This record gives sequence, C-alpha cells and structure tokens, in this order.
Amino acid sequence: MKQTNKKGSLGRILRYMKDQIPLVVLAIICAAGSVLLSLYTTVLVGRAIDCIGIGGGKTDFAAMTPILITIAIIIPTVAVLQWLMYFLTNLITHKTVKALRTDIFKHLQDLPLSYIDANSHGDIISRVVNDVDAVSDGLLQGFQQLFTGIVTIIGTLVFMVMLNWKITLVVVCITPLSFAVAAVISKLCFNKFKEQSAIKGELTGYIDEHIGSQRLVKAFGFEQTAEVQFGEINERLNVCGRRAQFYSALTNPCTRFVNSLVYAGVGVFGALNAVKAVSGGFTVGDLSCFLQYASQYTKPFNEISGVVTELQNALASAARIFALIDEPAESSDKDKKVLENCDGNVAIENVDFSYVPEKPLIENLNLNVKSGQHIAIVGPTGCGKTTLINLLMRFYDVVDGEIRVSGNPIKDITRNSLRGNFGIVLQETWVFKGTVRDNISYGKPDATLDEIVAAAKAAHADSFIKRLPQGYDTVITNDAELSQGQRQLLSIARVMLALPPMLILDEATSSIDTRTEMKIQNAFDKMMKGRTSFVVAHRLSTIREADCILVMKSGHIVEQGTHAELLEKDGFYAELIQSRQE
Amino acid sequence: MSIIFYKCVSRISVDIYINVWYNFLETEKINLGVNYLFKLAKYLKDFKLNVTIGPLCKLTEAIFELIVPIVMAKIIDVGIANGDTNYIIQHGLILVLLAVLGLSCALVCQYMASVASQGVGTALRRDLYAHINTLSYKELDKIGTPALVTRISNDVNQVQTAVAMLIRLVVRAPFLVIGATIMSFTISPRLSLIFIGAMLLIVGIMVPVMKATVKLFKKQQKSLDGISRITRENLNGVRVVRAFSRQEHEKQRFEETAEEYRKFAVKAGRINALLNPLIFIAVNTAYLLIVYFGAGFTDLSIDGLTQGKVIALVNYMTQISLALVVVANLVTIFTKAAASAARINEVFDTKSSINGAETSPKQDRSAPAIEFDNVSFSYVGGENSLDNISLKLKRGETLGIIGGTGSGKTTLANLLCRFYDCDSGEVRINGVNVRDYPTNELRRLIGIVPQKAELLSGTLRDNMTLGRTDISDEQIQNALAAAQAKEFTDKLDGGLDARILQGGKNLSGGQKQRLTIARALAQNPEIVILDDSSSALDYATDAKLRRSLKELPNVTAVIISQRANSIMHADKIIVLDDGKAVGIGTHAELLKNCEVYHEICATQYSEEELQQQEKEGGVL
Repeated sequence: MKQTNKKGSLGRILRYMKDQIPLVVLAIICAAGSVLLSLYTTVLVGRAIDCIGIGGGKTDFAAMTPILITIAIIIPTVAVLQWLMYFLTNLITHKTVKALRTDIFKHLQDLPLSYIDANSHGDIISRVVNDVDAVSDGLLQGFQQLFTGIVTIIGTLVFMVMLNWKITLVVVCITPLSFAVAAVISKLCFNKFKEQSAIKGELTGYIDEHIGSQRLVKAFGFEQTAEVQFGEINERLNVCGRRAQFYSALTNPCTRFVNSLVYAGVGVFGALNAVKAVSGGFTVGDLSCFLQYASQYTKPFNEISGVVTELQNALASAARIFALIDEPAESSDKDKKVLENCDGNVAIENVDFSYVPEKPLIENLNLNVKSGQHIAIVGPTGCGKTTLINLLMRFYDVVDGEIRVSGNPIKDITRNSLRGNFGIVLQETWVFKGTVRDNISYGKPDATLDEIVAAAKAAHADSFIKRLPQGYDTVITNDAELSQGQRQLLSIARVMLALPPMLILDEATSSIDTRTEMKIQNAFDKMMKGRTSFVVAHRLSTIREADCILVMKSGHIVEQGTHAELLEKDGFYAELIQSRQE
Repeated sequence: MSIIFYKCVSRISVDIYINVWYNFLETEKINLGVNYLFKLAKYLKDFKLNVTIGPLCKLTEAIFELIVPIVMAKIIDVGIANGDTNYIIQHGLILVLLAVLGLSCALVCQYMASVASQGVGTALRRDLYAHINTLSYKELDKIGTPALVTRISNDVNQVQTAVAMLIRLVVRAPFLVIGATIMSFTISPRLSLIFIGAMLLIVGIMVPVMKATVKLFKKQQKSLDGISRITRENLNGVRVVRAFSRQEHEKQRFEETAEEYRKFAVKAGRINALLNPLIFIAVNTAYLLIVYFGAGFTDLSIDGLTQGKVIALVNYMTQISLALVVVANLVTIFTKAAASAARINEVFDTKSSINGAETSPKQDRSAPAIEFDNVSFSYVGGENSLDNISLKLKRGETLGIIGGTGSGKTTLANLLCRFYDCDSGEVRINGVNVRDYPTNELRRLIGIVPQKAELLSGTLRDNMTLGRTDISDEQIQNALAAAQAKEFTDKLDGGLDARILQGGKNLSGGQKQRLTIARALAQNPEIVILDDSSSALDYATDAKLRRSLKELPNVTAVIISQRANSIMHADKIIVLDDGKAVGIGTHAELLKNCEVYHEICATQYSEEELQQQEKEGGVL
C-alpha cells in the first residue's frame, strides 16, 4: 500500500467528521484541560514536598495546606474533564464509523453485478465488518492518545522550562534517541506485520478451503498431502511470526531504556544543580517534580509510537474500504425514463456479450418476442442460457447491440422499472433472516396476509409453512431450517405474489421433487397465461408447450421454433431430445 | 505520576477490561477453563530453556527496577544534603548501569518469549490440523467447519499470546506489586496502609464498571453479527434484491442495524469512560495522603521518614499502580486463552468414531463387489435413515438408486465409503466388511463423485490426482475424455497446468461437475459412485457420460439420481422411500411391481412412453 494512498485515506476519514467539528473542538478542550491540570498537580505535589522538613526539620503546614486543598479541588475537575473527553471521542468515533459503514453498504447496492460476482464475498464482508472496526479502533486510539500525548509533551516542556531551562535541555537532547528507536522499531514491525498478516491470510484460506472440503479430502485420501502443504505455510508463519513478535516486543524495553536514561540524566543534573544553588533557586521539590515530568514527557513518545502502529493498521484498512467505495458504480439512472404500461414485447438485436473481452460468449444474437409468448431456452451446459437472463434483467450490460422492451431500448429506461416488469425465479434460492411472511412479500411489502397465503398456496408452500413452529411468522435464515426445495417454493411464492407482466424462470423447479413439481406446473401455467415468459428448463414437459424454443449452443441461437418444427428439422434439438430417451 | 498511570490504564482499558469480565463469565460457563490451559502445557516441553531463562531475566529486570527509587532517594538525601558532587555522579552512573542491565535482560526475555510462543502456536496448529483430518463425518458434522476454522486460527492465537505473557509478565507483575509493597513497608509500615487501601479501592471501582459494560458489550457484539449477516445476505441475494428493486429497503435495513450498533457502542463507552477518571481520583488521593501524612511523620520522626523517602514512596505507588494494570491485563489474557484452550481441547478430545484396520484384509474378487446385509442407520438422534437394507451387486454391474429428497440415497453411498458406520448389519466390499479395511485402502477402491461439485484451488492436474503421484497424465486425459470434460479442458490455457480457483469459481456448474467425475475416474477405482452428479448436466452430456462409464471394464458403478432415465439402464435399481427399500429390480420389473417407482416415472414420462417401455422390457 502506498504512502500517498494512506494519506489520502486519512484525509477522507477526516472529511467524514466534518459535521462534528464542534464536538471535536470540545473534546480537544477537555483533553487539553485535563492534561494541563494534572500536570499542574505534579507541580503542586513537588511544592508540597518542598514544605517537608524545612526550617529546623519541621514541615511548613501553613504553606502546605493551601497547596493540598488546591490539589483536592483539581482532582475531581480533572476526572470530569477526562470522562467528557472519553465520552466525546467515543461518540465522534462511532458516528463516523456508522457513516462509513453505511456508505460502503450503500455503494454495494450501486455496484455492478460483475464486481460482486467476481470478488470474494468473504473479503467484502471483511471490509464492512473488520476493516471498519480497525478504523474505529485507530480513530479512538488516535483521538485519545494522540491528543493527550501531544498536549502532554508541550505542557511538560513548558512547565519544565519554567522550572529550569538547563535541565530541560538535557531532557530534550535525549529525546531524539527515543524518536529514533521508536521509528526504527515501528518500521521493522510494520513490514513484518504486513508479511505476517499476508501469511496468516494464506493459512486461513488454506484451512477454510480444506476443512470446508473435508468430505472431498477424506474421500480421496488427500490428508497427508494436505498436511504437508499446511505444514509448509505453518512453518513460514512460525519464522515470520517469531520475528514480528520479537520486533514489536522491542518497543517496550527500548523505550523504557530511554526513559531510564532520561531519568538518570535528570536525577544527576538536577541534583548537581540543587547542590550549586544551595541557597535556593532549584529545590529538592523541583527535582522530584522534574523526575516525574521527565517520565511524563517521554511516555507519550512511546505511546504515540504505539498509536502510530495502530494508525498504520487503521489506514491500511481505510485504504481497503475506500478502494471499494471508489469502485465505479453502475451508470446513473437519473435521467432515464420509467418503463410504464409494458406490453411484453421484447426484441434482441445483434447482441454481443462476454464476461471477459478475450472470450466472446454471445455473438450476434437476434430474437423477437411478441407479447404473451412463452420462450423456452434449451442447450448444453455453459451455452449461455443464464447469461441471456443476466442481459434481459440488465444485471450485465450488452457489449454491443440492443435489447428493447416494449419498444424502449433497455439502456434508456431505469433499471428498477425494467426489473419491476420481470418476475424472476432463480435456480439458486435466497431467503433472508426474517419471517416467512416477510420473505414472501419481499417484492410487494404492502401485501396483506390473505394475499401472501394465497401466493403460498399457489406455490404449494402453504402446507409446509403451516407446519413450521410459528407458521407464517416463523423466522428463517439462509443457513439451515429449510431444504433447498422448500426455499425454492418460497421463491416461487414471492413471484406469485408480485406478478409482473413478464416472467423469467431459470431452472425454477430444479430442487423440487417431480411429484410436487407437477402440481406447481399448473400454477405456473396459470401464472404464465398472457405474460411474456422466458423459461430455462431441462424437463421436456415444460419445453414442449413453449411458443418458441431457443436452442443455444456456445452463445449462439442455433435453432428456433416450436417443438414439432424442431423435431421435424432433425437438427441439434432433435439430438438433444433423443439423447434424453435413448 | 498520575498521568502515567491513567495513560497505561486508558491504553488497554477500553477493550481489555471489558474482556476480562466478558471472558470470565464465559469461562465460568465452561467450568473454569484453566485446567484446559494446563492440558496444553505439554507443548511447552520443547521450550524448557525459554520458559526458564525468560522469566528469570524478567525477574532480574524487576529487581533492578525496584532498586532505582532507592538510589534516587540516596542521591537526594545523601548527595544533595552533603553537597557531594562525586557521590551524585557515581550514583547517576549506577542508574545508567541498571538501565543497561535491565535492557539486556528484557531483550533476552522477549526473544525467548517470541520463539516459545510462536513455536507452541505452530505445533498446536499442526497437531490440530492433523487431528481434524482424522475425524469422521459424524464428528465434523457436530463441530462444523466455521468452528474448526476459528479453533485453528483465532483460538490458537489466544493461546500463543498467553504463552508469551506467561514468560514475560507472570513473574514480573506480581513480583513488582509485592516487592513495591514490601519496600514501602520497609520505608514506613504505617504509610503502606495507604497503598493497600488504594489498591482495594481500585479493584472496587473496576469490578462494577466492568460488570455493567460487559452486558452492553455482548449486545454490541451481537449487533455486529447482524451487520455481517445483512451484508452476506445482500451479496448472496444480490440478484433477488435488484430484481425486486429493493435496494433502498436494504439500505435502510442496514442503516438501522448500524445505528443499533452505534447506540450500544456509545452506551458502553459512556459507562466505561468512568473507569479512568475514577482511578485517577483514587491514585491522586493516595498521593495526597502520602504527602500529607509523610510530612507529619517526618516532623514527628515516625518511621524515620525523610523528604527523600516520601519521594521514594510516591515512586513505589506509581510502580504498584502500573503493575496492577498489568495484572488485570494478564487476567484477561489468561481467561481468554483458557476459553480458547477449552475449545481447542474439545477438538482434541473428539475422537474419530471411525478407525480403519491396521492391516490389509484378504479380498475375494469372486465375492459380490458390493453387499449390504441387513443394514440400518440413523444420523445422530434422528429416526432411521436406512432401514434393513439388503442388496448384492456383482463386479462390473451398475446399481441405480432412486427416491425422493431425504429418502436415504446419499446415506447409502456414505455407508459404502464408511464415512459413517452403520448401526446394525454389515456393508461388504469384495467380500470384506468395510470396517476391516484400512481407511485409505478402502477409499482407494472407490471413486466418489459427490453431489456438490467441489474443486480445490491449484492446477487442473492437482485436482485430478489429489496428491497421488501414481496417476499419469495419460490416465488423466482418458478420465477427462470419459467424463465429457475434454472438450473444454483442451481449450484451457496451460492444459493440465491450468489454474483452478478456489471452489472452481472460474468454471461453470456443468464444467465443475464434469471435472469431479473425471477426478473420480482418474483414481482408477474399482467402484464409481455418482451421487446425483449429473444434475447440472444437460441430457445429451448426461447420456454420453453414462455410455462412456459403461465402457470401462470391470468397474462397478453406483448411480444415484432423481431422474429415472439416468438409472433406467442399470443392472439393478433400488427404490428408496423414507429409508426403506420399496423395490429392487430392473427398470421393467419395477415399472410393473413397484408403485413408488411407477409414480416417479409417471412424472417424467408421458403415459404412452411408459406403456411402451413396459412392453419392451424397459429398453427404448
């Protein structure tokens, strides 16, 4: 990840906080207030110590009491300011994080399907969850420690100069050492950590894949080979992890060492000064004060170097987040027209399409579908049946040529209005976590329960839904509970409820046993009546009834016609049908 | 002084202090997992040197650290009081020497800790992975893949951290607390009471604050799961969401969950933010008391206090408060690690229920290739999935298995491969009970094509051989041809070296399925099982595939399908209905005698076709 990239990310994160500037200012004031006041406490403690045992070995309580009272007043004030600072930074961070997270998700909804199909879903989820969390941690730490750290450094410097500028000089001279140490270590760490997380990712990927495919591994006795491969990555992680851990573990002892040096330096020079100025000027109390300032002054450097590591992590995550947000969205729909009163005519003219430019898939496709016609699409695996549906729904845009619905080129109408005119049942079923009722009414949120039940009945889903623990109010998820077939029935019910003028059924009954399918078929027939429909199917009974059968092979429509016509032609379709019954 | 303390607290408090309690509560649920941590202690055996020298070095460093305030007190009380410059410089050099020695000790310790903890982690991962590989389906079903993945990554990391902390801090922190208290006691027994009081107060503050935040923290975590779930749902269901134009609705749904998360986070933050200010108050009050009473005691010569000694006391107070933070940190790490260790041990304690024989049995090639003898089986706690199945199949014959969803078709194949053991009865291959084979030998006899077409990332060749070195390229090419895959594999860049992405993402469903078939054939098995393996294939490819299977000499085939025409040519067909064999015979026989079979066929063929098939003995 390039440095510029990171800097850019930082700026963009800060921009997310624009409308919270008053809160940020308030937080800074609280931080500064609490730090300066607690630094002042140190001065006061030093002064109080100075009162001990002077003037014939007796403590000057008259001078000490007001000091102690002042300290007693400052303590709760600091506490309140501290609490406010923590609370405000927390508030700011989480507001920012929420905005960031929501933006990523919103952008996901606008990304073209090609991006979502081509990228690992796990990786995208990780950006929404883990990377945003890393940014949030970085922000929180950055706010709380960078603020207070910087104020502490400046504050202690000022107080120290006020006490004695010569000793201050000693402290300041040793500081670059601290800087240098922190910089070297942080650099070593960053590189090693980067390498370590890359290997970790590799290892997790390997485990995920091979434990996930455990059945395969078992069935083919792949265990030993897998263990060798795993061992190789594991050992690399060991070597790298050892270095990464050691380098990062250097920070603490090294900075502590620098602290000890500062402490010793201040002790010696302070004591020498105190000896020279016996008659006053630099007191033992001042020395005690200095000793504490010295460690307070170096501490933030250590912490800031720690925060910098954390921030690097956060910025690396932020770069991943913004990379996603910067993915070009689908072309805007804004000035497009809304498709109204769709008559169901579909025309495909000279369409070319490919997922990757080097591998043309659909070439020069032409098709004219009249309103209410039923089109069956058949052909061998991988011939482009599902691709055709992707194009009709504008999940993907054609590379060349034009598709027209109801006379309108689909690139000139809004995607939502186009899709709203298609009812679609896909081979891969989908339910979200929610009640059965909400799942069915997904396409028509204002549907009444009666309508929902009617749709479920038509899809023959009613009987199994009724047997669920809470019937239509049972909460289901995509993971378990329902079989593939039952989920497919729900998908069908979903479309039965919405009933748009055109239908697409892509292997809509592939997971349903044949007896249930027969029953659903009737409902489909009813639903398809008067609606333009595209049906991808294996089953002959479905294909036979179509007004037009498109026979596809390697992206081309090789034959086109009714069942009888095509059989008569004795071409590819006839071959397909015969192979089925050989 | 106070700032140092509050900073250390703030650095780790937010996430760590919550976790102490969160994990403590969790640990209690699993019977105080510290035992589990001890169980893993054997992994430290290889690192005896590191475990001994590391803490010793830390201890030495801590002793040096405790000496520092005394030296400083001497500088003040002797050096400054007597105006002895040499004395001051000498003692300054002692301080530097202490720092250097401390640093060297610390570095040695850190190195020891890094080597040992990473070493333990690596060994744990290795053993865990090897152990997981020995588990059978039954155990894997029970634990589940995502859980196993977290065990081997996250949980091992926790234990690894605990090992590092063990070496670095376990000796040091308590030593510092006790050491500093003793030191304060030697300086002034009376004032050391303030120390104890302050410590108790700090603990008293931590407990309720953390208890309150832990509840919110759990809710926050749950709401984060929701964020992750909605994102996953939207990625998987992207076509449905867009088909129904519900993007706005989804955005709103997500925003609600994000807002819920924010609310919990802010609420937890508000309470947790109390921790540092309250501790600030406790520590500073302690300083105040030390100075006040220190002054009084000095005047009255109680405990022989001097100005320098009061400063030393203040320093020891700081050391204790820092060490307390470390102790809290340690408790967190160990409770976390104990919980992880418990989860890891749970995997180690899960023993495979299926153990192969040690030695190869004597197979009888004249016996039936496959024999089910009164076999019954049920999955954990369920009804019988298979009920009294008996069946014999000769070498080279084809068996068809048909039945509705959930009728037990795949279970039959699972028992044959001994992925599960049957509850009663016997499954025999070549006349030998499957339990009497070494597991690997048994599975080499069988080439299975699972329902779900799974491929691994790697080259095409890797996917075909799956680690076996005795499979030639020619064998692979033949298998690809037989599986009807050659037409597209020939077009792949790099031929057999073509890259396959994880899960075969760069291939279509049908292509993947054909490759899984080729993979099974390339292993040159005696028995091939096709578990509904042609569902993604069109009829033409399916037919060609079946034809080429028939041509393989001496291969016994088991074909599982919902489609009648995939199995109608089998030598024997078994019809399953709710785990019972309701018919065994040829297509023609079953059409006549088996009602369920007839019904299945009726949904897939027209009436005329059926009548014709019955007449012609099932062959069109």
